[in-house]
Amino acid sequence: MRRLLALAVLLVLPAAIVSVAVPRAAAQESVVTGVSTDNISLNANFDGSELFVFGAVRRDGPPPTDMGPLDIIITVKGPPRTIKVRRKDRRFGIWANNATLTVRAAPSFYAIASTRAVTALLGDTERLRYGIGMEQAVRRVGGNDSIADITPFTDALVRIRERQGTYAELDDGVTVAEETLFQTRIDMPANLVEGDYAAEFFLVRDHQVISSAATIIRVEKTGIERWLYNLSRNQPLIYGLMSVGLALLAGWLANAAFRFGRR
Amino acid sequence: MQIYLPIAEVSVNGLGLLVIGTMVGLLSGMFGVGGGFILTPLLFFIGIPPAVAVASAANQIAGSSFSAFLAHWQRRTVDFRMGAVLLVGGVLGSASGVQIFEALRQKGQFELVVSLLYVLMLGTIGGLMLMESVRTLRRRNDPNAVLITRRRHTWAHGLPLKMRFRTSNLYVSAIPPFVIGLVVGILAAIMGVGGGFIMVPAMIYLIGMPTKVVVGTSVFQFLFVTGFTAVLHAVQSGSVDVLLALILLLGGVIGAQLGVGLAARLRAEQLRIGLALLVVGVCLKLAADLVIKPAELFSLSGAS
Repeated sequence: MRRLLALAVLLVLPAAIVSVAVPRAAAQESVVTGVSTDNISLNANFDGSELFVFGAVRRDGPPPTDMGPLDIIITVKGPPRTIKVRRKDRRFGIWANNATLTVRAAPSFYAIASTRAVTALLGDTERLRYGIGMEQAVRRVGGNDSIADITPFTDALVRIRERQGTYAELDDGVTVAEETLFQTRIDMPANLVEGDYAAEFFLVRDHQVISSAATIIRVEKTGIERWLYNLSRNQPLIYGLMSVGLALLAGWLANAAFRFGRR
Repeated sequence: MQIYLPIAEVSVNGLGLLVIGTMVGLLSGMFGVGGGFILTPLLFFIGIPPAVAVASAANQIAGSSFSAFLAHWQRRTVDFRMGAVLLVGGVLGSASGVQIFEALRQKGQFELVVSLLYVLMLGTIGGLMLMESVRTLRRRNDPNAVLITRRRHTWAHGLPLKMRFRTSNLYVSAIPPFVIGLVVGILAAIMGVGGGFIMVPAMIYLIGMPTKVVVGTSVFQFLFVTGFTAVLHAVQSGSVDVLLALILLLGGVIGAQLGVGLAARLRAEQLRIGLALLVVGVCLKLAADLVIKPAELFSLSGAS
């Protein structure tokens, strides 16, 4: 069961818009995005949810013809968390955790969707400037500790998280209609971290970001699972007593059922 | 049917989980063992993080022990005085076990240590059971071979701090039951087992407790020690998954019912060989996971 969540409602409502237009000589184009609701509740009960993000390009006249094609990049970034990346090494014939890299502020979620591969759309400088891409978001978060070469560790972080579904690179993820309306779908895993998610939209032509917009989405999870998780983190003693209490209740019920069954 | 476990933070097949619970319940119905020693490794295999598997297993055992305790209480086969001595040791053991658990978890060595402990323990138990079963099968025609006489006086009776245990009809030092309780408490916290496989033989052979009160008294101790352990784990490391524990308990109830019926129909020796093979199999799988080069050398863990 997948739930579609309409996150960004466009449109040409100039007032309620968080749009940072970067004016450029030739085109008068800017990316427009609004948020229908800034509070999203995901009922992440098993296989996660799908986030539906869309927006529009606002322009004064017809699309420019003297420039390269229009491309869109959308990034969604979850709240940062400290994470430990451990590498197993063989010691006495057994594979055991050995070297550890502590990454101080890796985003708990990072998805980048675009009309084409981001590396083909933008050069290193532009990506660095706008902080676009897995390289910028994750690999450069750096570490600590006494590990000489941290690249294998940050690579592993990205690899494992991509497998878990918390990091994603969707090179053909954005579809554009009529050079104006664009949309993408981003899978949100069940083990999502709650908090403020930054959604950023970039309009790209000729290897240049010509307009960008940003918005904050507050992601909350609902349902019994979330309630249990929050209780276990905020009131661990009450949670522990409740867990044991429920187990005892189940044990008592089982015993009562046995006795009833034997009669 | 996929179920999202809130603390383990993984989605697992709910039916698979129920089957594991049922299998463990089946074992307890058939053999009268708690089954924690097989439950926790099976949870590792389906992808539950080891720390969560251990802490949640302790929670599950609290529930299943309560059920067993009520049954023994109704039959008056619980020595509360002995249980109290075991419990004092158990609570101390559990408290120190939870500290060891947390220290290992912080260092990222918990998985390794718990796997090694399981390989050691399952290898020993499985091996002994297999030998025992083979011997029983060979000597089936010799009626005297299986008789084990309970020794009324062991070295444990020479120790100081003697106490009288009326239900068990014993006058014995409180030190051995205290130590047994302590060891079992540590194991409950680190491995997520009740510890019956150690406590039951130790109580019979070391202290000379009558077999019919041993199990009732043991489950009395497990009930409190595993309950205490689960609360400590919840507070210390937040790794108790109550949903996981409850699904396993549900499976356990079904399994125990089936197990009692099944045990009546199958031959005891065959049952024991089956269990021994299962234990050895799980042991080998755990050992292989330690020795074979893993596909992913890196792992992630949140820092607290």
